[in-house]
Amino acid sequence: MAARTITFREAINEAMRLEMRRDPTVILFGEDVAGGATLPHMEGENKEAWGGVLAVSTGLAPEFGRNRVLDTPISESAFIGAAVGAASTGLRPIAELMFVDFFGVCFDQIFNQGAKLRYMFGGKAQVPMVVRSMIGAGFRAAAQHSECLYSIFTHIPGLKTVVPSTPYDAKGLLSSAIRDNDPVMFFEHKLLYDTQGEVPEDNYTVPLGVADLKREGSDATIVTVGRMVHFSLQAAEKLAENGVNVEVVDLRSLSPMDGDAILNSVKKTHRLVVVDEDNPRCSVATDVVALVADQAFDYLDAPCKMITAPHTPVPFSPGLEDAYIPSVETIVSTVKSLMG
Amino acid sequence: MKLKKEKLLELYATMQTIRQFESRIVDLYAKGEIPGLAHLYVGEEAVATGVCAALKDDDYITSTHRGHGHVIAKGAQLGPMMAELFGRRTGYCKGKGGSMHIADMNIGILGANGIAGGGLPIAVGAGWSAKWRGSDQVTAAFFGDGSSNNGTFHESLNLASLKKLPVIFVCENNLYGISVSQARHQPILDIASRAAGYNMPGVTVDGNDVLEVHQAAVKAVKRARVGEGPTLIECKTYRWRGHHGGDPNQGARYRTKDEIEVWIAKCPIHRLTAKLIKDKVATKNKLKTIDKEVLQKIDAAVEFAKVSEFPAADEIYEDVYV
Repeated sequence: MAARTITFREAINEAMRLEMRRDPTVILFGEDVAGGATLPHMEGENKEAWGGVLAVSTGLAPEFGRNRVLDTPISESAFIGAAVGAASTGLRPIAELMFVDFFGVCFDQIFNQGAKLRYMFGGKAQVPMVVRSMIGAGFRAAAQHSECLYSIFTHIPGLKTVVPSTPYDAKGLLSSAIRDNDPVMFFEHKLLYDTQGEVPEDNYTVPLGVADLKREGSDATIVTVGRMVHFSLQAAEKLAENGVNVEVVDLRSLSPMDGDAILNSVKKTHRLVVVDEDNPRCSVATDVVALVADQAFDYLDAPCKMITAPHTPVPFSPGLEDAYIPSVETIVSTVKSLMG
Repeated sequence: MKLKKEKLLELYATMQTIRQFESRIVDLYAKGEIPGLAHLYVGEEAVATGVCAALKDDDYITSTHRGHGHVIAKGAQLGPMMAELFGRRTGYCKGKGGSMHIADMNIGILGANGIAGGGLPIAVGAGWSAKWRGSDQVTAAFFGDGSSNNGTFHESLNLASLKKLPVIFVCENNLYGISVSQARHQPILDIASRAAGYNMPGVTVDGNDVLEVHQAAVKAVKRARVGEGPTLIECKTYRWRGHHGGDPNQGARYRTKDEIEVWIAKCPIHRLTAKLIKDKVATKNKLKTIDKEVLQKIDAAVEFAKVSEFPAADEIYEDVYV
């Protein structure tokens, strides 16, 4: 399978494109997902068409037509609920809900409808939908366009939650999410869109619920996800210069979560640091620490540490926002502090 | 619109089934045999019956917290329904859903719904799905006057009309959102007037006249099936009982006895009965025979529920994910 270097954005686009070619029941809708493409009054191909506000679905409307790539009104309850209705009646919708911060206006359709139909109906329904949404700080977009919030969705039974960190994982995980028969929340960190990586041209899947060991090490385990995988790997490089070998576990899926991968690594390294860009309370970070405290306590040589965003909204002012995001330096110093 | 004798008797039997089913629930609750909440549909039978009689088996409905009537009218079996209310594993939802979540995907029942206004977007999605699959299936979304103030009403009607989706929005205006009267929750009399804002037809019908409801539904279904888009049908009706079984004095704390009596006098079943006899469609004896058959079915459903097992403890983990 030929591989080449493409961006995270292109990898997500490619996953949707290939799945839509493979399966005619896959449709895409959301605000601006066609973004000006195929409009009769625009000349030619209109290559400037947006395809989502950060251009992730560019080119899909021209290929699949506007019956299959639909711009919706700014009606999140209606179109997320429509995804639930379409998914339970034979389609595999991908709904793009621009920013995770916007879920407040349609949360009922996610957690009371999509997540619960199957259970409430005694297994008689299935809801094979994917909701894609952007997460993450660092875009100077302030408090209502910058949150992570994936912990909230991880809390809800019936939903699956995926946060890819690399182009390869993004494409494979999104393909899996689209083929999965449960509702999957798929979160894309907006500051990863331009990152690059090797991605096979063909269709492939990365299984949901399986973590990836992004770096092997023996002295401490960093469990992380999303953009923080890259920060953790950078920290690991610096620590290696000081003779500390860190293992980096990329969770990739938060629900289901690969507990075995976490426990096996901690049993090997005896130290745990969780690096998570989400807010710290009732979060993925606390969840991972609780798991280790419960099931691998006797293996620990040091307290478990969490490096997270503070318990605040995301601030606008650049200096404050940069301080909000966990830093490579903090990861390095935290790991060092455990190495007594 | 002239209906055949069989169809008229079918409408009668469906309304009587809903009435007797709900009346039995009242007894079973009083005896403590059914746990939880039950929002009863007594008095509103003509709406579900008239609308669902215009639908095919593979058409869809989304329902509400007050959903027993909708699912019976759409063809749900009484045994699994009753078993679900009893919390038994033979229930429609294996005892996981109860009164407010009865669903049968095989006959297009996309679920009763515990969230006011929660079903409207789902109906839009089912309509979208039918359109994309090239099917002529229609979806009827039931909701109340209270839900017509919810944001999902606006979003769903706008989107459905914009995309000309095959959806029928059926507003059961029973004049109350729990205890708050329509006059106190919205500044309009006819909810159908809101259809104009979405450039779709809106009609207000006598929701206690099953034939009038049915006629409006047939017209809306016809329009939806040929791709002309949605219709808003407002059915003016009344819930005889309280919001649910636990409503003190069955709604008499916020409604006068006179008001309740006026509406009971407009009983949709009595009205159809009188018409059937007057038009010589059926004799009193024939209707009594139907009533008796209905009661037998309900007896059998209760018996089925009572002898069914409760779910086993480990079933709590089943059906969270596929």
